Amino acid sequence: MKKYNFPFNGKFGNFGGKFIPETLVPAIEELEESYKKFTKDSNFKKELKEYLENYAGRPTPLYFAKNLTEYVGGAKIYLKREDLLHGGAHKTNNTLGQCLLAKKMGKKRIIAETGAGQHGVGTALASAVLGLECEIYMGLKDTERQKLNVFRMKLLGSKVHPVKSGTQTLKDAINEALRDWITNVENTYYVIGSVVGPHPYPMIVRDFQSIIGKEIKKQIRKINGTLPNAIVACVGGGSNAIGSFYPFISDQEVSLYGIEAEGSGIKTGKHSATLAAGSSGILHGMQTYLLQDKMGQISATHSISAGLDYPGVGPEHSYLKEIKRVNYKSCTDDDAIKAFVILSEKEGIIPALESAHAISYGMKLAKKMKKSEDIVITLSGRGDKDVEVVQNYLNGIRD
Amino acid sequence: MYKTNRVTKKKKNNNNNNNRIDKKFYELKRKNEKALICYVVAGFPDIMSSEHIITSLINGGADIIEIGIPFSDPIADGSTIQYAIQKSLISGTTPDMCLELASRIRKTFTNVPLIIMTYSNILYRKGYIQFAKKAKECGIDGFIIPDIPMEESKEYLNAMQNIGMSTIFLVSPNTAEKRLKMISRICTGFLYAISVYGTTGERQGFDEYTIESIKRVKKVTAAAANGLPLAVGFGISNPKHVRYMINAGADAVIIGSAIIKKIQEIENKETLLNTLNRFIYELKNSCK
Ligand SMILES: Cc1ncc(COP(=O)(O)O)c(C=O)c1O
Repeated sequence: MKKYNFPFNGKFGNFGGKFIPETLVPAIEELEESYKKFTKDSNFKKELKEYLENYAGRPTPLYFAKNLTEYVGGAKIYLKREDLLHGGAHKTNNTLGQCLLAKKMGKKRIIAETGAGQHGVGTALASAVLGLECEIYMGLKDTERQKLNVFRMKLLGSKVHPVKSGTQTLKDAINEALRDWITNVENTYYVIGSVVGPHPYPMIVRDFQSIIGKEIKKQIRKINGTLPNAIVACVGGGSNAIGSFYPFISDQEVSLYGIEAEGSGIKTGKHSATLAAGSSGILHGMQTYLLQDKMGQISATHSISAGLDYPGVGPEHSYLKEIKRVNYKSCTDDDAIKAFVILSEKEGIIPALESAHAISYGMKLAKKMKKSEDIVITLSGRGDKDVEVVQNYLNGIRD
Repeated sequence: MYKTNRVTKKKKNNNNNNNRIDKKFYELKRKNEKALICYVVAGFPDIMSSEHIITSLINGGADIIEIGIPFSDPIADGSTIQYAIQKSLISGTTPDMCLELASRIRKTFTNVPLIIMTYSNILYRKGYIQFAKKAKECGIDGFIIPDIPMEESKEYLNAMQNIGMSTIFLVSPNTAEKRLKMISRICTGFLYAISVYGTTGERQGFDEYTIESIKRVKKVTAAAANGLPLAVGFGISNPKHVRYMINAGADAVIIGSAIIKKIQEIENKETLLNTLNRFIYELKNSCK
């Protein structure tokens, strides 16, 4: 593979770009310039490092899951413990980075969208610690299935706006956040929660999340002196996945697996497997794979996991699919629930439902691999927020 | 990035003569009138009603009609238009039905400029070239796509301008001078200045910055080759607003949410059509 160097002019091959209303153009340009400036600034880097380490708890452990490995009977399974990061998910890597950037840019007001509520919590806590005002948009349906996180955001001092338009999930929360940004563009910073949206967001979020992959590389080398044979991560917008993969993209010997939510199964039409079943289109400022109908209307999606319930995907993933560097697979609601229970019982770790998708596929993959091989699964978050949904599901109550 | 400019300019000159939008502005200028542009969401409340609504708008005095093709995720629109779009989609409206609507209007009104307003994915999905061709056959004169800024416009411009379709771009109160000039070079038909920071929707009044912004844009359009007309939209809902924008330098005003609101509120169709007709008549009077 030639040297991987994307985005190039704001694009990942044919994907990405900035399909945004004119009012946002100056804001996006200001963001790109500030990002370039501050990420070169040694004070900014030092301050962010301080927050990531002493406030949020980085580096997170790379844990050898001995029980799970024995249970599966294949490759050695390592878990990258983003569930132990402050806030309970990888989202904090990005929110600390972006909120600190916002502060340096002189923005006083922060807005964000959230699906599972993890990005909302991450943005709320970063805003609290940095002294910024914060408002969060969340689909009405998601506020109901992730109640715990709504309360956490409020405790952390943020306002939560339930979004009643469209499908009342993540897609519509992003629409509403974009509308707020168009209206308050002069004093507001929009913290996007995944590697989606117009350029430079997919790049910025990827860069802040790449700390996951950098640590994996260091940690696994320290354990056995080599790189892992495979890395597995779940894909909603794709931020924990790209954060895990990015430092390994040029290491061809490492297989990369991104796992999307298959909901009730692709054939049923009730799913969120964008890369598996979608087609190229334009949404939320980016050209990327989308779930859409023949006319170009965006489809309603389904997943038991609010954080994966999204009809789009980061443009870099669309590109990585096209050049076949990453294998994109999917996992159903049923399989995710099974993995959720297995990890809880075998390792005493309750994973987020999003992460359970990666655990499920990771176990299948490990089983097919040699015992001498290593597989890293990114455990993107912890599952406290999901216990009610899982309890209902196991009792036969489904939405 | 802006290599399209040169090609564009040449095309612009070729097509100016027979475009209904250019003709309309030329005609109004001679009469010393400003243009009244009316926006409707096609298929709200249903596609048959849209035909009657547009007819009553034109009979009331609308100079140009913007036909909104509903898209599931209209990020530049406020709650009124969002509501109409959602209702239209639920009732089963497709882009083809909207184009067929245009083609029926075109048979009755041969000279009224018809413009499509929608979001990029609707065009992208069918293919820019194919969409443009079909629209041309249906009597469409131009396009307004709020999520295609200059940077992403190359393919779109090529498809549109090859067949003499006007490409109307938007500018905002925060659009810098240099950028205004670049946009006015690739823009044809008229330039669409957004009055405020925000999405579409009615407003009580406007701040000083709206006036300043219109004056600033007007300087650029007045200096552009062939004098690109300047239309102002977002939030305009009564004759007072219309005068306000015209006094600031607008060559046209765009009315959207105020029309949608009436469609939403008045259930009896005959009452609705009469109300719209009178409403537009009053607004048009303020353009004279
Ligand atoms: C724990 C967890 N994992 C994964 C995701 C999916 O996001 P992404 O694909 O950007 O990592 C979310 C989103 O809410 C999440 O909360």
